[in-house]
Amino acid sequence: MPGISKPADDEMLSRTGETGALWMKGADMVVEALRREQVEVIFGYPGGAVLPLYDALYQCGIRHVLTRHEQGAIHAAEGYARVTGKPGVVIATSGPGATNLVTGLADAMMDSIPLVAITGQVAKTVIGTDAFQETSIIGISTPITKHNYQIRHASEIPKVFKEAFHIANSGRKGPVLIDIPKDVSGEEAWFTYDDPPQLPGYQPTVVPHHMQIRKLMHGLQHAKRPVILAGAGVLHARATDKLLAFVEKYQLPVVQTLLGLGGFPASHPLCLGMGGMHGSAAANKALYETDFLINLGARFDDRLTGKLEHFAPNAMVAHIDIDPAEIGKNVPTDIPVVGDVGEALEMMLGIDVPPPDAAAWREELLRVKRELPFWWVQDGPAIKPQRLIAEIARITKGDVIVTTDVGQHQMWAAQFFPLNQPDRWVTSGGLGTMGFGLPAAIGAHFGHPDKQVVAILGDAGFQMTLQELAVIGEHQLPIKVVIVNNSALGMVRQWQELFHGERYSESLLPWQPDFVKLGEAYRIPSMRVERDDELTSALEAFLGQPGPGLLECVVDPNENVYPMVAPGTGIHQMVGVKP
Amino acid sequence: MTPVLSVLVHNKPGVLNRITALFMRKGFNIQSLTVCITENPEISRMTIVMSDMDEAALEQVIKQLHKQIDVLKVTDLTDQAMVARELALIRVNSPIAERAVIHSLIEPFRANIVDVGRETVTVQVTGDAEKIDALIALLRPYGIRELARTGLTALPREAAAGADAKRAGEAQVLHI
Repeated sequence: MPGISKPADDEMLSRTGETGALWMKGADMVVEALRREQVEVIFGYPGGAVLPLYDALYQCGIRHVLTRHEQGAIHAAEGYARVTGKPGVVIATSGPGATNLVTGLADAMMDSIPLVAITGQVAKTVIGTDAFQETSIIGISTPITKHNYQIRHASEIPKVFKEAFHIANSGRKGPVLIDIPKDVSGEEAWFTYDDPPQLPGYQPTVVPHHMQIRKLMHGLQHAKRPVILAGAGVLHARATDKLLAFVEKYQLPVVQTLLGLGGFPASHPLCLGMGGMHGSAAANKALYETDFLINLGARFDDRLTGKLEHFAPNAMVAHIDIDPAEIGKNVPTDIPVVGDVGEALEMMLGIDVPPPDAAAWREELLRVKRELPFWWVQDGPAIKPQRLIAEIARITKGDVIVTTDVGQHQMWAAQFFPLNQPDRWVTSGGLGTMGFGLPAAIGAHFGHPDKQVVAILGDAGFQMTLQELAVIGEHQLPIKVVIVNNSALGMVRQWQELFHGERYSESLLPWQPDFVKLGEAYRIPSMRVERDDELTSALEAFLGQPGPGLLECVVDPNENVYPMVAPGTGIHQMVGVKP
Repeated sequence: MTPVLSVLVHNKPGVLNRITALFMRKGFNIQSLTVCITENPEISRMTIVMSDMDEAALEQVIKQLHKQIDVLKVTDLTDQAMVARELALIRVNSPIAERAVIHSLIEPFRANIVDVGRETVTVQVTGDAEKIDALIALLRPYGIRELARTGLTALPREAAAGADAKRAGEAQVLHI
């Protein structure tokens, strides 16, 4: 509705009095919409096209965290969303600001992270003219967002923001981008925020069909080798208590996905840990031999399933997912259940069936769990990265938020850091984004400022976004940065060792910066540890100090992640299950 | 199987791009695509003819379409009674002396001549794809100068109306 003209003063007063509608400028509307959505913190970076928006944000009462790169801002927003379950909010300017969000949008799309990304755009009058810092972020972001909007007039702002937050944080969650041309910020229109979103094409199914739940429970009661696969859907649905109740009621072994860690307590006797490429022997045995698999909000990713023909080959598969497109996509499904995992578990708990006769199966899996745990061999003075992770977990008693980058250290963290609670594990799963861990730790801190955050990073991934140390230094955030330094792109090096004849093409980093001096340059207390016999005391000192810290751990560069399901093989064909 | 989908979408900028981007990223190939406004000016109908695919792939296409926020309804016309029509314009060599022959060829197809020149005539024909293919084959020996086809547009027949592709969340057992 271009051309809305400003009403006369008395008309304005009477409409505001009657309906609560406010006559506002576009930029102020954005801030007001964020306030109505109870946004506590925004991660962002200003620039030309968002100058009016940043003017409205100035002293507006909503905290803004200035990162040092837009990619840092969006990963921070992801970290915030992962530990709070609330949408993360990120702002970037047009052109390069917007394109710097691309990796984070794709990451959030893959891992179903709720985000609202606001980008500036050049003025409507010059869109399409290759104006300074113009880019079609709508075109670029369409395949990597759940939805996106370009606002054509300020009067659309309330409706679009309401829809964007609703879409981002309901159904299968995900990122929504709102592109705002610069001149829209100065337009004036009425602001109301009370109307519920009208989205006839978006009606996610939350409550599952009761017949499907009945079928599932019927199947469970006759199972001999049942297993639960607990994915990130358990965490998104905030259903960890219900999962625990269900598992205990029927005494079912639980396998977790990488992103599902923390959804079921690692310390529970029935927890078999992570399955898949670097999963535990017990978890993969369960997935291979099961005759009744209940998938709770996991998407049967290839890193979990291995070669599909060997995945749960003899099982009846029940798959509960809020996204119907995931059901039957990779693994043939006998009992599809579309809905929220929490709602489904509640209905499953409401139906009493005789527990399956699975004591022998359970005993067998628990024996494998006992006999074939994750392992390492201490064979010299060098620090073993696995022990490093286990020591961090022991010293912190696991009561911290852990963020990771991507690669070997990520897998070791998944294997050796027992996660007993939800919202403590922040990692990039589907997209596998190096450079994720450090900015995500900043976001996680703002989600839970009272909690200590430990960012476990590889030496290579750390160097992709290390500029965000400035945020930690500037605000003296209680984030402990642990660099697992093996002077390599460890996982690439491992694959080259195993599958490319030890031809280490561009994966070794013998030249490294001085990480301690680097940390100190950002005014973060920093130290280095290189010997196993110094590890425990160094970690205790490092983790015990208040405020920020950076610890470079020089680890054995030859360590590989085991067990391993080699690409193209089945999950029953693991190598390296024991020393 | 050559699937035909009828998709109702919001009539607003960028929606076509969302749909084609979806097909591209999922690796689905489109044979023809028509987009037109419906009786409701806020809604457009896309008629999409896909390349051959198995049932599991088609199911994934339909589910992915349903995920689009601007998609209001997906109807799978593949195995349904439907009215499906395409229009073609065929500019064919037609010296004055042979013009009567062209007339007699196209007449059983209920095709019309919509443009006449010294060297060519332009034939307009509507029908299903096979009928149009047949006419093109008949005219080819005379020399087709230019050819434009609209691609298929379709509606279910009244008796079949209501057999929509299952909406997300409806109970259904997958046979894959």
